[in-house]
Amino acid sequence: MKEAQEFVWMGAIPLQIHLHESEVTTVPPPPPALILAPRIGYLPLLLPLIKPYFSSTLPPGVDTVWFEYKGLPLKWYIPTGVLFDLLCAEPERPWNLTIHFRGYPSHLLIPCEGEDSVKWNFINSLKEADYIINGNCKNVMHMSQSDQLELWNSVVNANLEAFIRSSSKLKSGTIEDDYASKSSLSSQKSQKMIGEADTSVQTKTGKVPVRLYVWNVSEDFGDMEDAPPIDSWDRISYVNRPLEIHREEGKCFTLHDAIKTLLPELFGKKRKPKGEGNISQPLETGSTADDDPEIKLLRIQGIEPKLETPISWVANHLRHPENFLHVCVYIKVPSAKSL
Amino acid sequence: AGNFQFPEIGSLHLIRCYPPASAQAFAEKWKLNNPAYPPWTWVKSLEVPIFATNQVEEGYLSLENVCIVKSNDDEVASCVEGEASLYDKEDEESTDSATLVQTSSGNDNVQPYYFDFHIIYSASFRVPVLYFRAYCSDGRSLGLNEIESVLPANSAKVLLESKWTFITQEEHPYLNRPWCKLHPCGSSDWMKLLFQAVEKVDRPAMELYLVSWFSVVGPVIGLGIPIQMLKEP
Repeated sequence: MKEAQEFVWMGAIPLQIHLHESEVTTVPPPPPALILAPRIGYLPLLLPLIKPYFSSTLPPGVDTVWFEYKGLPLKWYIPTGVLFDLLCAEPERPWNLTIHFRGYPSHLLIPCEGEDSVKWNFINSLKEADYIINGNCKNVMHMSQSDQLELWNSVVNANLEAFIRSSSKLKSGTIEDDYASKSSLSSQKSQKMIGEADTSVQTKTGKVPVRLYVWNVSEDFGDMEDAPPIDSWDRISYVNRPLEIHREEGKCFTLHDAIKTLLPELFGKKRKPKGEGNISQPLETGSTADDDPEIKLLRIQGIEPKLETPISWVANHLRHPENFLHVCVYIKVPSAKSL
Repeated sequence: AGNFQFPEIGSLHLIRCYPPASAQAFAEKWKLNNPAYPPWTWVKSLEVPIFATNQVEEGYLSLENVCIVKSNDDEVASCVEGEASLYDKEDEESTDSATLVQTSSGNDNVQPYYFDFHIIYSASFRVPVLYFRAYCSDGRSLGLNEIESVLPANSAKVLLESKWTFITQEEHPYLNRPWCKLHPCGSSDWMKLLFQAVEKVDRPAMELYLVSWFSVVGPVIGLGIPIQMLKEP
């Protein structure tokens, strides 16, 4: 578990950040800033590193910082690695972004008042994940202000050791047979390999905090390089629903099952309208009806896990510090289903 | 043990089925008891067209164009239709779809604000969440500070003290735009208390759910709820 955490925490995206031409007041224009951004971090947190490159050339006024990729204003509360995985079908290294210090698009983006905004967004997500896993926010609510701050600072600095220390006070648990969170993130003892078939005869339910970013690709393209750029957030479907797992004896709930469960509108058999919480029932894998949508690409933390990977492994090892699993998926829906 | 969570069937209906029974019941009762208010409507979530199938439908309850005028005393006065013209002499066209909710005590210089309310089910917290936004007669969106000025005094105080955890600006789950959100973290605790207080309920629990929820949440943003909605079968 620790190795996977290190892999996640050390992941970084090389950024090449250009000042928007409308804000350049000097000749020649300043060279772009080259920054290595932690995957688990957030773009506004990079400002102290970026600002020195451009402060002498900015027009007078108050800074209202925002980032943009190929004309698309970037949502600052989405972790940097997720933005990269989603918006760069063919990974671009370094990733060329444009920074603005003026003209915040407040009709499109929620306001960002610096690090505080990002911190509170993080803490609220942590509470939401806590609620999903435990049915209440007590773990987070009972953390003292200073503990919360310590936890947050460990994220800002991408410091895994500090994070493990702080989060031991926050019992987030791992996905096991039972969801009473006995183990903290720092505990090494509950390392029963979750991917293996369970010998205990139980059907247990658990919930995984997941945020799914779905891009419906209407055209076919051979290479990822030819994928059309995303020019509006309206082209992305954001699905923020807990994933419910029903674990059955002998069966493994895979990543593929998870995607199908989260997107029942797209996958698998039609359901009877009168359900009793049946949305969480795993669909049969291997349904290869011609009219099923095709998963062209699925990325988590910059990797493309095999769809047969057990979801418990994926969630335990690839989650973000706020305990959400962020999944970027490109889906091609056959034309019969689209309007 | 733990917090109240609405039964599985209820949550399934609120997310997945055709205009859910509780939302419909809420809308009908509202219409019956609040003739001067615009009605709540059920809005299908369109998202990307691929998600709109015949069978399942996500959506939310929408109440738009509610005119709220800051009153000098903080009482929620009864709403009066048609008196909007007293305050909007220059904007005749905006009075047609707006309904005055609070009357001011004779202050002609008051600026009317217009609110849109959406009740959207949160799959994470398993409760409805209130999203709202406000704008002026000229269509300009209001910032959180200005909205604070129209909230009942209690809410404004709480908002001041816990800036980040009470009402925050967040992205609307479907519309990709900034809206205000009333945080649900405490909601299910309230609902539990409420349901415990109701001893014998003849009406189906689901129908009562949204009405009860709104009776707690509504006053926070200045929308009272007539007592009839809670009483009548």
